[in-house]
Amino acid sequence: MQNQLEVTDLSIQLGGKTIVHGVSLALQSGELACLVGPSGCGKTTLLRTIAGFEQPATGVVRLHGKKVAEAYNSAPPENRGIGMVFQDLALFPHLTVAGNIAFGMHGQPRTAINRRIDELLELVGMSTLRDCYPHQLSGGQQQRIALIRAMAPRPALLLLDEPFSSQDMERREQLVQEVRTILNKDGITAMLVTHDQHEAFAFADSIGVMNEGQLLQWDSAFDLYHRPRSRFVAGFIGQGVLINAQVLDKQTLQTELGEIYGELSQQLPPGSKVELLIRPDDIIHDDQSPIYARVAARLFRGASHLYTLELNNGTRVLCLAPSHHNHQTGEQIGIRLSLAHLVIFPC
Amino acid sequence: MNNPGIQKSPTATGLSALRWPSPWIAAATVTALLVMTPILSVLGYLFHPGSGTWQHLADTVLGDYIRNSLLLMAGVAIGAGSIGITTAWLTSMYHFPGRRFFIWALLLPLAFPAYILAYTYTGMLEPAGPVQSWIRSAFELGYGEYWFPEIRSIGGAMVMLSLVLYPYVYLLARAAFLEQSVCALEVSRTLGCGPWRSFFSIALPLARPAIVVGLSLALMETLADFGTVDYFGISTFTTGIFRTWYGLYDEVAAAQLAALLMLFVFSLILLERWSRRQARFHHTTNRYQALPEQRLGRFNAWLAITACLLPLLFGFLLPVAQLILWAIQTWEQMVDASFYTLAANSFTLAGIAAVAALFTALLLGYGRRLQPTRWLRGLVQIAGMGYAIPGMVIAIGVLIPFGWLDNALDSWMRNQFGISIGLLFSGTLFILLFAYLVRFLTVSLQTVEAGLGKIKPSMDEAAWSMGRSKLDTVRRVHLPLMRGSLLTALLIVFVDVLKELPATLVLRPFNFNTLAVRTYELASDERLADASSAALTIVLVGIIPVILLSMTIAHSRPGHAKPA
Repeated sequence: MQNQLEVTDLSIQLGGKTIVHGVSLALQSGELACLVGPSGCGKTTLLRTIAGFEQPATGVVRLHGKKVAEAYNSAPPENRGIGMVFQDLALFPHLTVAGNIAFGMHGQPRTAINRRIDELLELVGMSTLRDCYPHQLSGGQQQRIALIRAMAPRPALLLLDEPFSSQDMERREQLVQEVRTILNKDGITAMLVTHDQHEAFAFADSIGVMNEGQLLQWDSAFDLYHRPRSRFVAGFIGQGVLINAQVLDKQTLQTELGEIYGELSQQLPPGSKVELLIRPDDIIHDDQSPIYARVAARLFRGASHLYTLELNNGTRVLCLAPSHHNHQTGEQIGIRLSLAHLVIFPC
Repeated sequence: MNNPGIQKSPTATGLSALRWPSPWIAAATVTALLVMTPILSVLGYLFHPGSGTWQHLADTVLGDYIRNSLLLMAGVAIGAGSIGITTAWLTSMYHFPGRRFFIWALLLPLAFPAYILAYTYTGMLEPAGPVQSWIRSAFELGYGEYWFPEIRSIGGAMVMLSLVLYPYVYLLARAAFLEQSVCALEVSRTLGCGPWRSFFSIALPLARPAIVVGLSLALMETLADFGTVDYFGISTFTTGIFRTWYGLYDEVAAAQLAALLMLFVFSLILLERWSRRQARFHHTTNRYQALPEQRLGRFNAWLAITACLLPLLFGFLLPVAQLILWAIQTWEQMVDASFYTLAANSFTLAGIAAVAALFTALLLGYGRRLQPTRWLRGLVQIAGMGYAIPGMVIAIGVLIPFGWLDNALDSWMRNQFGISIGLLFSGTLFILLFAYLVRFLTVSLQTVEAGLGKIKPSMDEAAWSMGRSKLDTVRRVHLPLMRGSLLTALLIVFVDVLKELPATLVLRPFNFNTLAVRTYELASDERLADASSAALTIVLVGIIPVILLSMTIAHSRPGHAKPA
């Protein structure tokens, strides 16, 4: 099947500085993807280049098989058939909700436009607000209008540039999931840019982690969390610590928590010094366990406790324990490791 | 799913340059440079070797020009400053009957050009005028048996200018008072300062940068004034330039005077810019809170009403009443076919200038928006300085380069083709319009940039991403959003051109007259009552932007009651 979006070896320079280095990625029709990374990592620049607002220095962008951009030669955004939702939403204040949605559908018969407006408003449950002006809507309503305005012309690709960042945390995850449902219903291919990994998890089938202009890993949320391929991804996605370890054989590591068996993420000769990634959920609180650690700090999270534990040699690890395991700071508690896949990085 | 229908498939030929064409930037650059020409050509004379006339001027009248200009500035600073600050403080902090009316009505004197106020008061206060006639009949005195102040003096000029210029201070001081954190004042009260001490030790220092900005604007207008000082016979730079140009026919000396005057103006501009920067640091809070307006007792309320009524009365109500009275007496002789020609001339000129200024401002504003390079930003900033430059200086600055161009063209044509084309530009409406453009571009530029500022770049991008072309984006997004700003820009320039006297006087074509120049001529012939119809027309049209201004203020002040 043909890829809806195909980016090959794309580099982007802005003001003489290389912002994005040789990124390649592909999206299939109907796929929802996300670019996540710290601010300044180049994710927004990459998105804007796909949209056509910036030009690549090298590489090719293909939309639905057609080349739309190559080095310093690109089709203007209005000829690309993409939709974009902006960080500040950019609703037109002088147009009604219906006027905003219709804006991108010029040239279509009036009845078709009206049908599409009705259909989209129904999709987001805002049919009664058709004739309102943007300033009469709440923040969440504005967001949905900005979304369906971009969806209205049935773009080949929908790009979302941190449109949820103005929402508070609690509303955000719910809103993202709503958007995901809406996009899935309409069969839209979309790419979201965000710095918030929870937003990425809630939204995307595949996620790209970017740092310093490079696309470090393109994977499912599960694999990014459990099989990070670089220290940066390991640190950026989820919580965790790296502890010192030594390779004993193909399936065994010697650590401060004893010997651990499992599938190693990369094969290194026995004796190699490595660091092992430990997630909070890899450490199970177990009163029967012979290994003890001291509670250094605790964070009550409602359903769970996040303990910071200190091992005998001073190494600190995180432990996610069920909420009812209530231990005080300074207490010694028993722990054991539960790891099947061992993510290691050579020292 | 099916392949989503692509609205407009990118085609191979669609791979075109994305950026706006750079001819746009070139046009903006050329325009900015053109607008700067008069300013630069006058400044160039600073380094010109002085003529004999210059030496003569320096020995005789230059001292007077400088002294009178400084005196006038000092008088206006005190007059406009005290009226502006007092009325601003009263209307922003206290509640008294008529306050809502005064908030906007105090701006009305802005509608009066200073020279028209001067003519009107001269007519009212001269020995044969209504005031002195009444004194003589009431006290049964003869002419010369009582003391009466001479309005046609430097003191009189200070009063006239203060009365029409205090609204600048009032506007900015009021905005500053309203922006101040109420808490700062309340803290001061809890620390044991009374209302008077709180005002002098907290409110006034916090508002000082804004007040200085207002004052420097008023002082720039003072330096630019020609009509008032000319009529009152006070030698200042503007009258000196006029006399040197038309009396001594010495363009070098006139240009050098103009350049010297520019130095005065520049120091005011620097003061204004510096104060605006200071104002940012003095901004204490972003939280707007309705000021708890204090209700005044009966006696204090009367005091406040009087303090607000006096500037309004003398700066607007009385002179308008006098003009109306005169107009009723004289309109039968004065309002005839030639008056309509005058009005048509003025309105046409003002209309063309307003449209030209708007389009130039759009060109520069868009240039700066699309290509915000330091070069273009600097150029636009300098091109937008015209408003600070006195009309008389701009007139000289326009005449000199165009005179040079005319002569060069003419001699070239004679040498090449043996025909004389005469002076192409000098003495035409074209250079008058060009001078208006230089002077009033500031106004339309500021309005256009404010309007453009409201359109976020992402709105452009949103429109493009929905398949709209750039032209379409301008038509469907920019125009509707900017319509109000564009109309305001047109209107303000229109009225400013209508009021403009010195540049029109110097640059108008032979036998071409406007309302402002006709008012000046009639007043110079001591036909003050006859001048009233033209003067009244100018003032009444001048009220429109004042109303607009007061409406803008009413809508832009967050957290505060809108004046009715």
